[in-house]
Amino acid sequence: MSMIKAHHLAVSYGHGEAALKVVKDVSFEVQKGETFGLVGESGCGKSTILGALAGRNKQWTGTLEIDGEEIGQKRTRSQLAKQQLVFQDPFGSIHPRHTIGRTLLEPLEIHGKDRRQERIEKVLTDVGLPLNFRYRYPHQLSGGQRQRVAIARALILEPKILLLDEPTSALDVSIQAEILNLLKDLREREQLTYILVSHDLAVVAHLCDRVAIMQSGGFVEVATRQQLLENTVEHPYTRILMDGSRGYVSERRKSDSAALPA
Amino acid sequence: MANTSDTILTVESMSVEFPTLSGVTTAVRDVSFSVGREKIGIIGESGSGKSTTGRAIMRLQPPQAIVEASRMQFEDIDLLTATEEEMRAIRGRRIAMILQDPKYSLNPVMTVGEQISETVILHERATPKEARSRTLAMLERVNIRDPERVFDLYPHEVSGGMGQRIMISMMLIAQPSLIIADEPTSALDVTVRQQVLSILDDLVVERNIGLIFISHDLNLVRSFCDRVIIMYAGRVVETIAAADLDQAQHPYTRGLLNALPSLDNPKDRLEVLRRDPAWLEN
Repeated sequence: MSMIKAHHLAVSYGHGEAALKVVKDVSFEVQKGETFGLVGESGCGKSTILGALAGRNKQWTGTLEIDGEEIGQKRTRSQLAKQQLVFQDPFGSIHPRHTIGRTLLEPLEIHGKDRRQERIEKVLTDVGLPLNFRYRYPHQLSGGQRQRVAIARALILEPKILLLDEPTSALDVSIQAEILNLLKDLREREQLTYILVSHDLAVVAHLCDRVAIMQSGGFVEVATRQQLLENTVEHPYTRILMDGSRGYVSERRKSDSAALPA
Repeated sequence: MANTSDTILTVESMSVEFPTLSGVTTAVRDVSFSVGREKIGIIGESGSGKSTTGRAIMRLQPPQAIVEASRMQFEDIDLLTATEEEMRAIRGRRIAMILQDPKYSLNPVMTVGEQISETVILHERATPKEARSRTLAMLERVNIRDPERVFDLYPHEVSGGMGQRIMISMMLIAQPSLIIADEPTSALDVTVRQQVLSILDDLVVERNIGLIFISHDLNLVRSFCDRVIIMYAGRVVETIAAADLDQAQHPYTRGLLNALPSLDNPKDRLEVLRRDPAWLEN
């Protein structure tokens, strides 16, 4: 069963003459329980797609179906609760003067949920944080703990889809490993569907089943995890990104794929 | 491989301490290393003291910090006893620093050309005309196609990759013998990163100078540098040739390597680093 269906999705910013089409006609389908990756350079439109799926950006055209239900520009609360965002920077995305408990309470209030204390305790346990963390402020937490809070905040509304916008790129490798493991566990336990935006193909290959490689607002290729691992991707741009995640390739040693985009 | 007997910088048991309200915090503890005409990487997590080490070499630490070392020798100069005036003559001219984000490191109200020329005008008393021609040549050297046009641009008018190339040209115009690059490519996209690194690589080889490359990216350091220093909680836990990083002995280095998702060696679950309090001793 497909959880997300996007057909000829295009997203733009601005109005009239100044309108800028950031995402140009992409179509994709994500199955329930699948993790779909979006990879590309800054400005290619990957976060914009997440914004449109989350209901943050309403200036889109095409058709969008989430959990078997066609979505319009205006959504109901329950439609909005179905997908939740996790942002890149856990230092900037959590209110600095609210305790963790209050941060987690806010979505429950907005969506009028019951059993609030119980839900907060459950979600803290789910992301592996001690219960007394609800009385703490973000500055008393490390980067990895904050990212767990951000994930908890997304999970508290019991969504079906998590939209992950570079969830580990602000973290150290050892902390990144913890968060990636947590995301894997949660996906299995809660039957979640993920869309993961990243610039690191190694992270994407670790978590995703399929990945769309984006360049200037369109998909250049949709590759499977197998293709990435076996190095059988087709598009030269995907290859450049793969080399990038392996580190530096010396010009003196390198002979092929010399054509870099300007 | 560079000739390591030709040492540019020697640091022996350096420590950097910050007095705070709740006692003294030691950011760097008993760090020793030397840099020859090679690319040396310093790797570590946030807070491991890698940037503090880089800054302490140039004496750019905050005024309240206390730097101690038994020896800090840069070519013919003892960095421990050098006066502030001597340090000013060294900074920018003989030791140069490249920082992470060109957006914040370039002066926003000066054109790119003026900023690059400033280095040679100040350090070498070059005439404005000479400075301009050297700047244009330097911009061309870092593969900027239209140096005349870029010379008159302001930093906000250039892209991240071009900004970083401008930083590199600014650092290299005075022909320093040591470059400290603090996360020079972390703010850049992979394709741009590749271009910037290959320029840096060529220049280091071409001019036969030393490079200290501070980064948190293991794959990058492994593939770019000759030698790697691994730092943990202000200490050097291991120094190893970049090519032998896979054979690293220290459990911390091993833990970092295993925590890394890899395209070539996929794992179902990533290993989580177990921090051993014993690493903090010695």
